[in-house]
Amino acid sequence: MRIRLTDIAKDFGRTGALRGATLDIADGELMALLGPSGSGKTTLLRVIAGLEIPKTGSVLFDDCEATAIPVQRRRIGFVFQNYALFKHMSAADNIAYGLKVLPRAERPSSALIRRRVQELLELVQLSDLGKRYPRQLSGGQQQRVALARALAVKPRVLLLDEPFGALDAKVRKDLRRWLRELHNRIGRTTVFVTHDQEEALELADRVAILNQGKVEQVGKPDEIYDNPATAFVMSFVGDTTSIPVEFDGIRFWHDGHPVDGTFGAAHDGRCRLYVRPRDIAVGTLTKDKLPGTIINVHRTAAGRRAAIAVGNAKDLIEAEIDITASLTVGAQVGLSFGKGKVFAE
Amino acid sequence: MTTETAPVRLLLIALAVLFLAVFLILPVVVVFSEALRKGLSIYLATFADPDAQAAIRLTLLVAAIAVPLNTVFGIAASWAIAKFEFAGKSLLITLIDLPFSISPVISGLIYVLLFGAQGYFGPWLTAHGIQIIFALPGIVLATVFVTFPFVARQLIPLMQEQGSADEEAALTLGASGIRAFLTTTLPNISWGLLYGVLLCNARAMGEFGAVSVVSGHISGLTNTIPLEVELLYNGYDFVAAFAVASLLTLLALVTLAAKTLLEMRYGDSLATPTRA
Repeated sequence: MRIRLTDIAKDFGRTGALRGATLDIADGELMALLGPSGSGKTTLLRVIAGLEIPKTGSVLFDDCEATAIPVQRRRIGFVFQNYALFKHMSAADNIAYGLKVLPRAERPSSALIRRRVQELLELVQLSDLGKRYPRQLSGGQQQRVALARALAVKPRVLLLDEPFGALDAKVRKDLRRWLRELHNRIGRTTVFVTHDQEEALELADRVAILNQGKVEQVGKPDEIYDNPATAFVMSFVGDTTSIPVEFDGIRFWHDGHPVDGTFGAAHDGRCRLYVRPRDIAVGTLTKDKLPGTIINVHRTAAGRRAAIAVGNAKDLIEAEIDITASLTVGAQVGLSFGKGKVFAE
Repeated sequence: MTTETAPVRLLLIALAVLFLAVFLILPVVVVFSEALRKGLSIYLATFADPDAQAAIRLTLLVAAIAVPLNTVFGIAASWAIAKFEFAGKSLLITLIDLPFSISPVISGLIYVLLFGAQGYFGPWLTAHGIQIIFALPGIVLATVFVTFPFVARQLIPLMQEQGSADEEAALTLGASGIRAFLTTTLPNISWGLLYGVLLCNARAMGEFGAVSVVSGHISGLTNTIPLEVELLYNGYDFVAAFAVASLLTLLALVTLAAKTLLEMRYGDSLATPTRA
């Protein structure tokens, strides 16, 4: 099902408010809502579900107005952050819940419900654990029961709130891959909320970046990472370092030194250059390079990182350096830039 | 680690035990020993007295009305307070606690002032032949007022802690509001609710002050068990007084036992009792 959110506003007087969020989700798409805490991503998910009624704006499901449809009749599947499994029911009863509350005319027979529950248990690879209660299941197993419960009602869209937030790193990676496969198999429109950029970029077909109640950019993971539309997106997704620069119509300058590279569209006057640390080359100082002083060098998982003071030492820049390079604190270096982005300050 | 020396520790323990014995255990023993002083047959004969039977019946009836009322009210109020945000919420919480902080005698007097013959609605009620004070409705009203907070106070922290995720999950799965309540909220609070109802019932049956003001003390008609005990005692019928009192004591002991059992088995899902 296609979902179209237009100009959604919702104000609680607490964090997570929406201020005119607009987003189109294509049929069968796996969409990530990514943003810092308080950006409104969970609120937006709850608006799609019908758990929050927006103050203004509209929600369209396949071109049908859905804003006023109550949550029970939206036919959505929602997986809550802490799963919200019914503690007093077995895994099988949890999964059967959505079928058992159907009006009598639509309700399958109890034999049919049992069979459907067994199918779902197999789908989430828990065939033997149907009789277990939530407290007897691990976090990852609870998560899959919650997913099976949401899928039982054949929802038109699957909504997941921080689906991997409460799991440890190893389980998270496995479940992530499994969810991707599941999505490919059942091909249902799926929207999930996350604050973990790696998760969003790895899992989603498209990622929507939320900031302060608005959607800042929507795009494929590559677009988001390689061609961020705003300074916020650039610094929120992936490592970013930045310095103030000035454009004189021909080239960029920092504190009297020219700064050259592939920076895309230019802005007149004062602006800010954003670069990925790996797009900065640190070498010996020559005339066309930006001079800097190494402040410190530290190890990252994959390489080494140097903090370098540039210009009149007011601004710090982070650059990736070669593991084998012998750079000492206090050394004078010259920086040249590859790809970068310039945004107004 | 405590730093007290052994004699100090012994002294403190002895004091605590002595205190418990004098103020809690001794009175219970006295009630039963006084009641049984002239033998079991005399003890049992007390309950053959029509006035005593009427008092027992009235107490059961009052509890049977007041406890369900306050159970429903308590669930509704704690539901509203725990799951929704609205203006005047803290005022409502304070109001729920009011019966705890007010003298029961005042609670009774309020109803006399409102519904008594000289009260605000007295003349109108008399004109329509409705009697509230010195009759069953007055006793029920006073009991409801006094036992108002027990269930709500028990459930509010429990529900606040549980949040609304379970209910929301039920709603997204297509359950109606009432269905979501019955299948998720109620099972989640059931033990806390039972606990609150037990306390509420014990107080409803044992309330003296407020009921004393509105009842009129008509033996065989408007006397509840506590009032009957007072009447018998003041009439120097000690065995009967203690025999009737032993019923309330038994109720207290059963409540206590049930409460302890609940705490032992379901301690995790019971909120810490918050009593004024």
